Parts: sequence; structure tokens; C-alpha cells
Amino acid sequence: MSFGLILSTQIADVRDPWPMRVFHRIPFLSSGPTSIFSPEATPAHSIYGLSVFVLSITLAIFLIVAGLLAYAMIRFRHRKGDSEMEPAQLYGSQQIELSWTVIPFLIVVVLFLTTARIIAVTERARKPANAMDVVVIAHQFWWEYRYPKLGIVTANELHVPVSTAASPKPTYLTMSSADVDHSFWVPELAGKMDLIPNKVNVMWIDPHKPGVYLGQCAQYCGMEHAKMLIRVYVDTPEDFKKWAANQERPAVNDPAVAEGKQVFEHTACVNCHTVAGTVAQGRFGPDLTHLASRDTIASGSIKNTPENLRKWIEDPDSMKPGCLMPKMRLDDHELDVITAYMDSLH
Amino acid sequence: MSTETAIPIDAMEEWKLPDKGKMGMICLIVAESAIFTIFVVAYIFYIGKSLSGPTPAQVLKLPILGTVCLLSSSLTVHFAVSALEKGNARLSTLWLAATVILGAAFLTGTGMEWHKLIYHDGLTIRTNLFGTTFYSLVGLHASHVAVGLVMLSVALAFGIAGKLKSHHAHRLDVLSYYWHFVDAVWVVVFTVVYVLGR
Amino acid sequence: MTPTAMARTAADEPIPAKPQKLWHEMAHDWLTTVDHKRIGILYITYALVFMVIAGFEALLMRVQLAVPNNHFLSPEVFNRMFTMHGTTMVFFVGMPILFGFGNYLVPLMIGARDMAFPRLNAFSFWISAFGGLLLYYSFIGGDGLYGMGTAPDVGWFAYAPLTAKLFSPGHNTDYWILGIFLSGIGSVGTALNLVVTIISMRCKGMTMGRLPLLPWLYLVTSGMVFIALGPLTAAQLMLLLDRFLGSHFFDVQAGGSAVLWMHFFWIFGHPEVYILVLPAFAFANEIIPVFSRKAIFGYPAMVAATIGIGFISMGVWAHHMFTVGMGPAGNTFFTFSTMIIAVPTGIKIFNWLATLWGGKIHFATPMMFSAAFLFQFLVAGLTGIMLAVSPFDWQLGNSYFVVAHFHYVLVGAILVMIFAAFYFWFPKMTGRMLSERLGKWHFWLFFIGFHLTFDFMHVPGLLGMPRRIYTYEADRGWGVWNMIVSVGAIFQVAGILCFVWNMIRSYRKGEIAGPDPWDAWTLEWTTSSPPPVYNFAEDPVVHSRRPLWDIKHPNDPDADYE
Repeated sequence: MSFGLILSTQIADVRDPWPMRVFHRIPFLSSGPTSIFSPEATPAHSIYGLSVFVLSITLAIFLIVAGLLAYAMIRFRHRKGDSEMEPAQLYGSQQIELSWTVIPFLIVVVLFLTTARIIAVTERARKPANAMDVVVIAHQFWWEYRYPKLGIVTANELHVPVSTAASPKPTYLTMSSADVDHSFWVPELAGKMDLIPNKVNVMWIDPHKPGVYLGQCAQYCGMEHAKMLIRVYVDTPEDFKKWAANQERPAVNDPAVAEGKQVFEHTACVNCHTVAGTVAQGRFGPDLTHLASRDTIASGSIKNTPENLRKWIEDPDSMKPGCLMPKMRLDDHELDVITAYMDSLH
Repeated sequence: MSTETAIPIDAMEEWKLPDKGKMGMICLIVAESAIFTIFVVAYIFYIGKSLSGPTPAQVLKLPILGTVCLLSSSLTVHFAVSALEKGNARLSTLWLAATVILGAAFLTGTGMEWHKLIYHDGLTIRTNLFGTTFYSLVGLHASHVAVGLVMLSVALAFGIAGKLKSHHAHRLDVLSYYWHFVDAVWVVVFTVVYVLGR
Repeated sequence: MTPTAMARTAADEPIPAKPQKLWHEMAHDWLTTVDHKRIGILYITYALVFMVIAGFEALLMRVQLAVPNNHFLSPEVFNRMFTMHGTTMVFFVGMPILFGFGNYLVPLMIGARDMAFPRLNAFSFWISAFGGLLLYYSFIGGDGLYGMGTAPDVGWFAYAPLTAKLFSPGHNTDYWILGIFLSGIGSVGTALNLVVTIISMRCKGMTMGRLPLLPWLYLVTSGMVFIALGPLTAAQLMLLLDRFLGSHFFDVQAGGSAVLWMHFFWIFGHPEVYILVLPAFAFANEIIPVFSRKAIFGYPAMVAATIGIGFISMGVWAHHMFTVGMGPAGNTFFTFSTMIIAVPTGIKIFNWLATLWGGKIHFATPMMFSAAFLFQFLVAGLTGIMLAVSPFDWQLGNSYFVVAHFHYVLVGAILVMIFAAFYFWFPKMTGRMLSERLGKWHFWLFFIGFHLTFDFMHVPGLLGMPRRIYTYEADRGWGVWNMIVSVGAIFQVAGILCFVWNMIRSYRKGEIAGPDPWDAWTLEWTTSSPPPVYNFAEDPVVHSRRPLWDIKHPNDPDADYE
């Protein structure tokens, strides 16, 4: 078993050492879509390796010390019939005390050096030229994603290209907040990083398998902190190209829903939302240009169906109490046509 | 190590422990220093970070007179304590009066400085980060000076009424510790705000 | 009179019948008391009341979280619950109960008549008490955002800029600030009293090298209070200035920094948790030796380790900020300092182990709780080491793993030792023993509940569940673990009910304790139970760390070995 391999940051091609494989087999530890023991990207994988190492050491310490404690409590307990004489009083022992100072110190040094290496590897990683760049701005209670090099603005569902060992393509997330503190946490991809107003943090992910990865905001940010969910869509190169091309287009302008578009443009919706190619250029709320292409609304917490959409527009507070989108007091007909319009924005 | 288990009391050395009043005041000083340290850290952290408004260099003048007054008041209160220890209550009262006057002069100076800053230069606590950190740090110090001044005035009043006796020297000494602390804080504030910060 | 003679006299004399006082006379006595023993009991009673309240808040949260997508509590109420639960437990349960025991025991253990400044002592209690009442008044005072009162809902650590007037209109944050501010004044006052008492009022012969470990640890704790409470007070003053005078300390729009609040808060917050744990260690240092029938192993190392922990704990605060983006240098430094504190902490565990080793351990209720403490504190320390590994913390920070870790310390180590302290010193304070039978029920019910809740609470953290969420999605796989955690809470409640019943019943009908029911060795056991108001008829004189051991074993006194 080579701990050097545990500490290495390569995965996929190199087989993980047996402690990591054992851990991965423990059913309840790696089940669920957000377990830290099911890494699918290099940052999460390095942390996984380090954590198995740390867990092994602490488990060993526990077994030894708890074992000694249990032994002492059993062996030296007072039994009925024991003499009432006090036991020998031992006040100290320089040698023993020295050894249990030095040995823990050495363990700490080993743990520290191991950790320092992983910190350096993750935080000082060199950014390759072909890295995907995404700017993440956190809001109460949704995620804004901007792709500066592609001219794309979207919300709540982050699309990134897959990054294989053969053709690595990490995504760098440059993050800040528009209001209070938030935190971006998708356990299967990486550790979390906070989004703080007036501060820019950078993290990177390189997911190795296509799929949808779940996470959520991990820094208490107000009323609906619990519903600020994250969905990361890791696409194959072709799928990503298709998605990006669609996102770059301005909004679909289907004449069948023209009435809905009218209502939308003449209600205060446009003050908060952007629909590219229309008069709606608001930046306070999520970009809706391709709303219908998303699986969820309300930052991942509600399925994107026409029914849900209608209920959401009618009274957001009833589905996500405390969210900042006001009730626009539209009548039934207005709601129908607006929903139809929103639903057309693929 | 003695093998006797019963040591006669009079053979034991005199059992002297540190003075309660002085220990208590030292503890208070440590706790207050922690608060001041954080305000100083905030001040230093925000140097040069204001987005607008007057800068220290533009509006601050070295408060030489006030500083001289405050630092001399440490001397005068020290003389007040030693005079009282020697039993000279009248001299002590005079030195106390000098301390109070010097302390009041310092506060007046601060007041005048703030008047100029607010009405002349337009700097308030909400103007910019400099205003925020300046008024809070200098104000925190000034409020501690004010409290000390009240305590000294009470001592002065007792002195004037002829009630001050030599066995009160200990209490006056404890009070003087507080006053020296307030002066020491001023040295730090002066250095950070008027020397480094400008 | 020698202490033995005193003890014998105290035991022989019947407890004199006191004339029954009218209720308002008794109330007046308690309201105006400056006696450290009474103030100690006031602190402890006050803390117990708040413990029940804060425990109830936790119970409500556990009902809400037992199943996914639950609607038992609205997010507004839930967010207030976790804020109030944390704030209450730290400031109005933890601090008062530990200061209460300190108040009661320290003068007795050092042979003093009272604390150095009795009126300051009373003032400190009453201002802290008022702070708690002010904080709880927030539930009914004012209308608040949703007409449901303005109890704070910003988390017990109240991060900026969530606490700015912009994001928290209304007065909830202000109640949080003012309630804690007042409690902080009380804490500094009590700490000042403890330090001056220990330094300046020890009885003859009690050099610092002969001071029992409980006062030693309270001395270090109090020193930490001076240094740690200041930053919190300062930060709260700054927040008040921001909210009311428009200053910009944490106003990001004006160039202020949200991270600065975090630094200031945690410069307080981390030493605070050591302030809470050191008294628990102090209890262990007195209880474990008595029930093992051996002197504490390695007294000088215990003192040195405590001072070491006190110092190092001032330098680890940013391990609460590993995910904030301090950069590799900051993360590496705080990883190292946090890991290093494990060395003195480990020394303490090993010294307790060595005290047990070769002893004759009696498992009365105080020792049962102490035994649980030893295992549970070991686990808590180890999960702490895991979290010190900053990349591991990048995954587990702000998750239920952290919640499990710190509850393991606060409940599994601190609360458990507080229970042990109750069983050990209740006889001294009231003159009656607590029931051993009820004590065992208390212990086992609580032990089962504690482990059901806090062992299994680690799992949702590992599975990605963040903190401070009022509900969670069903597809995450967290449901079954949350259910187990919630069930454990019920057992803990049952244990606490046994405990309260034990205290009420034993106060009236418990077995008479006498001055020294446990055959212990420090000075408080030379007085009657409860002690007379003046503590000692004659100032004691000591020659070693265990004055009563010397008297009970005149042929083999400790003084020969120290």
C-alpha cells in the first residue's frame, strides 16, 4: 500500500489504494448524490484520499486510547470485598509524560505535512490555457452564472464540459456575492468555497463523468437558505457545444405567445429580469432568456413544469416563503399567457 | 522538602499576597485593552481603503497640546498619590486638581478638533471608512478619559472637603493605574491615527 | 482548630433548626445577597431554566428535521430557533453554569471567606441575568418582519452583512447584540473576581504550586475571558454603530469587509469554547482522583498543559474560516496551530488515564458521568483533528459533521461533566445526597439518547447536508439519519427529566450528606454541608495539594512527595 499514491492527485488511470476502495464500499457512506466519499473530480478526490488517511490515523488513536481507558476502568475497578486501603499514590513520571508529549507531536507533524501538500496542490494548481471560465455571483436565494468568453448569462443550472484524463478541461469558477455571504458546495466535485460580497474567490472543478451533480448553498444567507440548491450539468463536449450555442442565441420569439410577451414587457417583471432581445434588461433576478431549457426553477427547488411555473409566478412566497420575488397580482388570464410565454423560452 | 507535618503558625514566613485592588484594576485593564486592540486593528485594516471623502492627511492635525496635557496628567496624578502616601492631603488635592484640569483640557481639545472636522471638513462617522474608524477609536478613548475624569473629580471633591486621608492612598493608587492606562492607550492611538495613518 | 477537628464538630452538631422565614424575606435575602455561595446557586438555577428553554428549542428543530420537506415549522420560526438555541446555550446556559460552580467552589477550595469583590459578584450576576431576559423579550417585543416577534434569526455568530440594517431590518439583531453585550459585562466582572480571589486570597501555605486544579483552571479560564470577550464587545459596538449611526465597519458598499466581522467574531468565538471546556476539565480533575482513590497524575503537566491550551487557543480562530478564501498561507498556518493544540489536550487525557491506572475505581454516579466524559471527549477531540485538516474542512465545514463535532464537545464532554459536578457537589451545597438510583436512570437514558443523536449526526454531514437549513430534499438520502437523530433527542429529554426530579426530590428527602460524603481531599469538604455563611471558623493552613489526605494519612502525607 503506497501512501504516496493516496497523496497523488491523479485518478481514473491509477487504481486507488485499498483503504480508499474499502471506504468506498461502505454502503451508507457513499450512497446518496452528495456524499463526500463519492468523488467525481480531482479536488474532491484529493480530499477523499487525505480524509481516508486522517480517518485511519484517528481511528487507530481512538482504538488505542479508548482501549486503554476501558481496560483501566475494568481492571482497576473497586470490587466488593476489596480492602479499603488506599492504592499506591503515583504523582507522576517524567519518562512516561515525555513520551506522550513527543509521540502526539510527531503524529501532528506527519498529519500537518500531508495536509499542507494537499492545500498546495489544490490552491496553487496552475490554470491551463483551455480552462473554461465561469463567473458565479450568489444572490439571495439564487445563483447567477456568466461565461465571459462565450457571452452567456444564465441562472441556477451550471453547465460545464466533462474533463477526462485524455483531454483535461477544468472549469474555473470566479465567485463573489451581490448581497450577503453564501457558499458553493457540490460535494462530489470539490470542497466548498464561500461567496462573499466585495471579495473574489476562485475555485476549480474537473468532473470526469457526464451527469448531474447536486449541491446547495452552505453558508446561512437568510430565510430561504435551505432552498438555494445547486445543479451542475456535466456535458460531453458535443452536448456542451449544443447547449452553449443555444444559450448564446437571443430569446425565442414565438408569435403564438405574443400576448404573454406583451403582458410580461408591460409588468414590472422587466425591472428584475433579463430576456435577451427584448426590453427586459433587469439584473436583480435570474436571467430568463432560456428558462424553458432548465429542469428546475426557484434555484433547483421546484420542478420546471407549466403548472409549477404558473403557481410560482402567481405567488412566489407560497412556494418559497421569504424569497425576494414579489407577488405581481396578475389575474388568471394574465397568468395563463405569461406562463405560456415563459414556457416558450427554450 | 520539610518532613514535618505540623508547622507552628508563627514559624511560618509572613504570608503576603498581591494587593486585591491593584490586581483587579490590572484585570480590568487587560480586558479593556482587548477591546481597544480590536478598534486599532480595524483602523489599521481600513487605512487607505475609503472609497471617497476627506483623507487623514487632508484634515488631521497633530494634537500636540492635547497630548502634552494628557501625558503630563499622568505625572500629576502620580505626584498626587505619593503626596497622599506621605500624608500630605492638601498637596495631593492640588495635584489632583492639576490632573483634572489637564484631563479636561485634553477632552476640550478633542471636542474642538471634532467640531472642526464635522462642520469645516464634512467628516462624520458615516462619511467614509476613515470617518467610521476615526470617530469610533478616538471616541472610545475619549469616553474612557471622561469616566476617569469623573472618578478623579470625585477624589478631588473629597480632597477639597478635607476628607482625604493617608489610608486612602491605596485607592487613589488603584485609580491612578486606570489613568495611566488611558494615557498609554492615547500613545497608541496617537501613533496609529496621527502618525502612521496620515 | 485543625480541619479534622472542625469537620468532626460540624458532623456531630445537629443541623440547627432555623426560624421559618416569610417568603418575601427569603426573596429579599436572595435578591440582595453578596454571598458567593448564594450567587453561585443563583447562576446555576438561572442556567438550568434556560437549559430547559433552549433544549425545547432544539426539540422543535429536531421535529422539523425528522423527515424531509417537513412543514412543522416555517423557515422564519426555524431560523429563529437555531439562532436562539445556540445563543442561549452558549451565553445563558454554559457561561452562567460554569461561573456558578466557580463562584461556589473557588473560595471554599482556597480557604477564603468569600470572593474578592462580593458586590461586583452580585452585580455581574444580575446584569447577565438581565441580558438573558432582554434577549428573550425579543420574542414578544415589537412586530418584526412577519408579525411574529423579533427574536434574532441571524445565527448565533451573526455574520455580516446579513446583520446590516439592509438585510435585517427590524430589531432582532439589536436584541442579539444588547443581550450578549450585557452578559459579556457580567462575564468579565466574574472573571475579574475569580482572578483576584485566587491570586490574593489564598489561605496560608497555599502556594500556587499547592492550589487545587479546579481553581488553577478557573484562573486560566478567567484570563482567557479578559482577552476573548473584548473582541466580541468591540465587534458588537461596531455593528451597533453601523446599524444606528450609519458607520461602515461591515458595509461592503462603502468598502467595508464582511470577512473582518468573521475574524473579530472568531477571535472571541474560539477561545470561548475553550472557556467553556476548561471548567469541565476542572471538574474532572477533582472528581476522577477521588473516585479512583489516587492523586491526580502529573499535576505540573496539567497546569502547564492548561496554560498552553489557553495561549494556543488564541491562535486558532480562523479554522472556522477555512472556506472563506484566506489563501494557502492562511489555511496552512491555522491548520498547524489547530493541530498543535491537540498535544496539550492529549496530555490531559493521558494524565486522567494514568490517574485511573492502578486505582480502586468506585463507579458512583459522578464517576459514571466522568467515564462517559473521557470516551466522549476523546472522540470529540479526534473529530476536531479531522476538521483541522483544512481540505477535509472544505468538504465538512458548515455541515452537520461540524454540528455533531461541537455538540460532542458541548454535550458529550461539558454537559456530562456538569452532571458529574452536580452529583458530586450537590451534597455540599444542600446537605443531602442525590439519589444514586435516579442517577443511574438519568445516566443511562441520557447516554443512549446522546449517542443516538450525536453519533449518527456525523453521517448526514458526510453525505453533504449543510447546517442551518429548515428542511431538505428527499432525494439526498438524509432522511433516515435525521430520524434517528431526532429519536435520540427524546431519550435525552427523559434523562434530563430524571435529573430534575432527582434534584427536587433529594432536596427534601435525600440522605443527609455530612461534611465529607465522598472521602475527598480538598478544603471544601472540611466545612459542614451546606457550609456556614462565613465558610471557615478559622483560616485554614495547608502544607500540600491535598490537605485532607495529609490529615487522614498522617504517616504518609502528600507534603513528603511534592
